[in-house]
Amino acid sequence: MKILAKTGNEAMAYAMKQINPDVVAAYPITPATEVVQIFSNYVADGEVDTEFVAVESEHSALSACCGASAAGARVMTSTASQGLALMHEILYIAAGNHLPIVIALVNRSLSAPINIHCDHSDTMGSREAGWMQLYCANSQEAYDSIPIALKIAEACGVPAIVSTDAFIISHCMDRLEVLEDDEVQKFIGEYNPKYFALDLENPKTYGPLDLQDYFFEHKRSQIDAFSKVLSTYNKVAKEYEKLSGRYYPAVEEYKTDGADVAIFTAGSTADTAKEVVDELREQGRKVGLVRMRMWRPLPVEEIKAALGKFKAVAVMDRSDTMADFGGPVFLETRGILYDLDKKPIITDYVYGLGGRNVEIADIVRVYDEISEIAKTGKVKKLVTYLGVRGEE
Amino acid sequence: MATLKELAKRTEGLVGGHRACAGCGASAAIRQILLAAADKPTVCGICTGCMEVVTTIFPFTAWNVNLVHNAFENSAATTSGMEAAYKALKRKGKIKGDINFIAFGGDGGTYDIGLQSLSGAIERGHKMLYVCYDNEAYMNTGYQRSSATPYGAHTTTSPSGKKIPGKQQKRKDLTEIIISHDPAYAAQATPGYYMDLIKKVEKALAADGPSFINVLSPCVPGWGYPSEQTMNISKMAVETLFWPLYEWQDGVYTINVKPREPKPVEEFLKLQARFRHVFKPGNEHLVEAFQAHISRQWERLLRKEEASK
Amino acid sequence: MKDVKVECQRLMDWQELAKGCLIQEAATSRHFKTGDWRSLRPVWDSEACIQCLFCWITCPDTSIKVEDGKVVGIDYEFCKGCGICAEICPPKASAIKMVREEK
Repeated sequence: MKILAKTGNEAMAYAMKQINPDVVAAYPITPATEVVQIFSNYVADGEVDTEFVAVESEHSALSACCGASAAGARVMTSTASQGLALMHEILYIAAGNHLPIVIALVNRSLSAPINIHCDHSDTMGSREAGWMQLYCANSQEAYDSIPIALKIAEACGVPAIVSTDAFIISHCMDRLEVLEDDEVQKFIGEYNPKYFALDLENPKTYGPLDLQDYFFEHKRSQIDAFSKVLSTYNKVAKEYEKLSGRYYPAVEEYKTDGADVAIFTAGSTADTAKEVVDELREQGRKVGLVRMRMWRPLPVEEIKAALGKFKAVAVMDRSDTMADFGGPVFLETRGILYDLDKKPIITDYVYGLGGRNVEIADIVRVYDEISEIAKTGKVKKLVTYLGVRGEE
Repeated sequence: MATLKELAKRTEGLVGGHRACAGCGASAAIRQILLAAADKPTVCGICTGCMEVVTTIFPFTAWNVNLVHNAFENSAATTSGMEAAYKALKRKGKIKGDINFIAFGGDGGTYDIGLQSLSGAIERGHKMLYVCYDNEAYMNTGYQRSSATPYGAHTTTSPSGKKIPGKQQKRKDLTEIIISHDPAYAAQATPGYYMDLIKKVEKALAADGPSFINVLSPCVPGWGYPSEQTMNISKMAVETLFWPLYEWQDGVYTINVKPREPKPVEEFLKLQARFRHVFKPGNEHLVEAFQAHISRQWERLLRKEEASK
Repeated sequence: MKDVKVECQRLMDWQELAKGCLIQEAATSRHFKTGDWRSLRPVWDSEACIQCLFCWITCPDTSIKVEDGKVVGIDYEFCKGCGICAEICPPKASAIKMVREEK
């Protein structure tokens, strides 16, 4: 086992190098630029065999990725924020055509106002596009998630996004345990798709037009492919654990035994919240943390099992739905818990937009408020905007 | 260059049973192009548009070669990705032999929404041919104006109204824009001059780098003429100098057809309903302005040819 | 798709579709006949034909049948009756004439 010091971006680029994809078509964007930059250095130094296509936009990046993937290549790219938004149209096409492309993404807020810092509005805005989504809490997890995502994507014919938090993870140096190159290669295996556009013996038409008589059937088939992602994930994550000793469940529970209340959140904030949980537990308070790692497909049963046991849950959402009803994790989690006979009271804290720092005190406040809710059964405010000036 | 007799022994790339309108100029052009390319395996990309829609209605495809459709504006980027995959897979020994890569797009997908994608792909030097089947408007959605629509033409978004007589802007010179990228080959063609088009496809595919052919493709319903006139109108566009047939390679312009006595542009315009209004009394200035523009463009092309010798 | 001709004629369930939204065979439009669009029918005169192949190369619907590089007839299964072939046929040959389709 090798131990390196790497930032989130360096860790993701390093994982890409070890995967050695056939084609990477990418466009630089803060804060994911480094991934593209570091990878192009690997190309320039002959450390990978990849055909690197330095396109003129993210729209063309994903379009070229689609062409390369349809042609039968193993394909990856990287982007963030506006870049993902510009890819939006093609996200659906990649998914609809079952092209297992992997994006190493850095979560950054969407304009306007323009801002380069972290929130989850970019990927949350793309959650209906048909891509698997993994939100990472640190560089190590980002590194580990890239080969895991690739293996699942190729097995299921579903593209995947692995994301880290802008700057907090992407640019912060961290201790990184890495696998050997051949271990990664063995884990992902060779990619030999059944259908590929460079198959000259059997010409086919990829991405044809469906009228009313077939569109729904093709969508149903896509939904079916997606329905296999979670079970495949559970298998692949175990396989990766055997290889690396590191296991990442789709939904992670932290000190939830005997807890009355819990925060449900994603990304680097989960790591911060773990510190708070440790402290509060020492004070004898019954608090726990549940971390959302996979948000597409929704790990429904895992979320029910993890959250159903609490008296009160606070979702911490790093984006808003503009539905005047809180963030996307809150809204969807409420839907998931609806079927439970005994369900927790659930409130939402929208926080950290545009890179607004979330302090230990903020998280303590959330635990205090949900503990109060658990005690009284009364919710004063369903959705709270945490850490914004002018707000209580 | 392959003769018609030789071409007739090749495997068709585009077969019957597609739903293009009777007399469709673009489908004739694509057929000719795929025949010219058929001495090697060919893999194509296509923009959303008329030709994609009429040839790929599931489960019926008219394509006898591999085809990848992605979206409206990205056939160049998509095909460049295929070409990149080809290079990578060939290096790994997973694929053998040469492949022609051809991307197709209409004028909407090429002059307008896909211009950036095309510009990027050409600048990056992918060895692929991009063919614009230029029917001079958004025909797939019902004849809306594009930047390829000629001056004066009636379209559904540049209608000839009581006050404004059709499109008030000149068309964009896309071929010249592409030439300024210094590609391996660029040309203008039209299916009425099929041997010229076939020769250009052969040259483009043989060129060592990105190539581009802009193919004027008459559209029966959009231009408004009887279906049997497609090839006549295609030829008339050349004879009136409306659509000069020329090519560009290594900095040298070659005009392939120089009509000894060019016909007035009216001869081209009067065949088509989209220009009917320009012949109404009081609109004489439109034809004059049209002719002046065509003559100026032709003179400029002659000078470019002369200067590049 | 097992038998393309048969499979194209019926509506498949979603479970039968190839993963990836693609048409698994080339040139399946051969099973979609466009000949009934026609109101005018080209009639080819083998005696008059000079085998210039102009009709063949300009046909948008691949409906001029050729064998060994020679025109042998018209494919009425696909011909939409546009009339380009009759129009482009050299006047000295006039080997293709358009006639009204009988209903």
